[in-house]
Amino acid sequence: MTDPCEQALQALYHYLDGELTDQRRVLIAAHLDGCTTCLGAYDFEVELRQVIVSRVQDRVPDSLRLRIAQLMESEED
Amino acid sequence: MADKTKFAEQAMPFMDALYTAALRLAHNSADAEDLVQETYLKAYRAYGGFEEGTNLRAWLYRILTNTFINSYRSKKRRPDETDIDEVEDLYLYRRLGGLEAAAAGRSAEDDLLDWFTDSEVKEAVEALPEQFRIAVLLSDVEGFSYKEIAEILDIPIGTVMSRLHRGRKALQRQLYEFAKSRHLTSVDGPSDD
Repeated sequence: MTDPCEQALQALYHYLDGELTDQRRVLIAAHLDGCTTCLGAYDFEVELRQVIVSRVQDRVPDSLRLRIAQLMESEED
Repeated sequence: MADKTKFAEQAMPFMDALYTAALRLAHNSADAEDLVQETYLKAYRAYGGFEEGTNLRAWLYRILTNTFINSYRSKKRRPDETDIDEVEDLYLYRRLGGLEAAAAGRSAEDDLLDWFTDSEVKEAVEALPEQFRIAVLLSDVEGFSYKEIAEILDIPIGTVMSRLHRGRKALQRQLYEFAKSRHLTSVDGPSDD
């Protein structure tokens, strides 16, 4: 597997997950600087993850927050 | 030895995130609330033995996922999808990425955000097979490292990576179904751009 685009694709999620070694990260970043095809795919995945993170959130109901605080207080003796 | 009085101060800020995970796991707010409450009470009782300096957030997720797996997981377990391996890499990009290029003058980020609603993203995550769902939540939403997820779930790092890989594919496929049903794309396969 010597094709640099193939290598970049293989490393995509490790790159996004922050799991590449510094050396590998630099190599991939250099490839992305010069390859709009791979950069397009990387950008898409970065944005998709941001969409997922921002759209999946919920806020805990105040009633539950209060109940947990009270339960912990009642455990103290 | 950790000081129990510090527990509330240190653990309470994570409650929204834990509740989000609990909702995606349990599917309904009543079970999610019970799950979060049980997690905090268990953590509070065990906090005396918690070693300061270790990762409190990871520890809370460990208690949450263990409690879910032992007590709350659906009785009617769906088998893990076996056809996920047929989903190719960059599944969504190959189908929707072309729309970005077509939408000249608008930023790609705006477009991508507009493609899916909150409820669609939540439903797509909740539709994932349980093991993949937990891995995707811990990584993509909570940002834990592979090593942290391996410790939270007591599984090898290779298993973490495999569940993430397959979970993300399944998630992209589900999101594409939503995009198709809302007529966001008329293309029924990879576009030839």
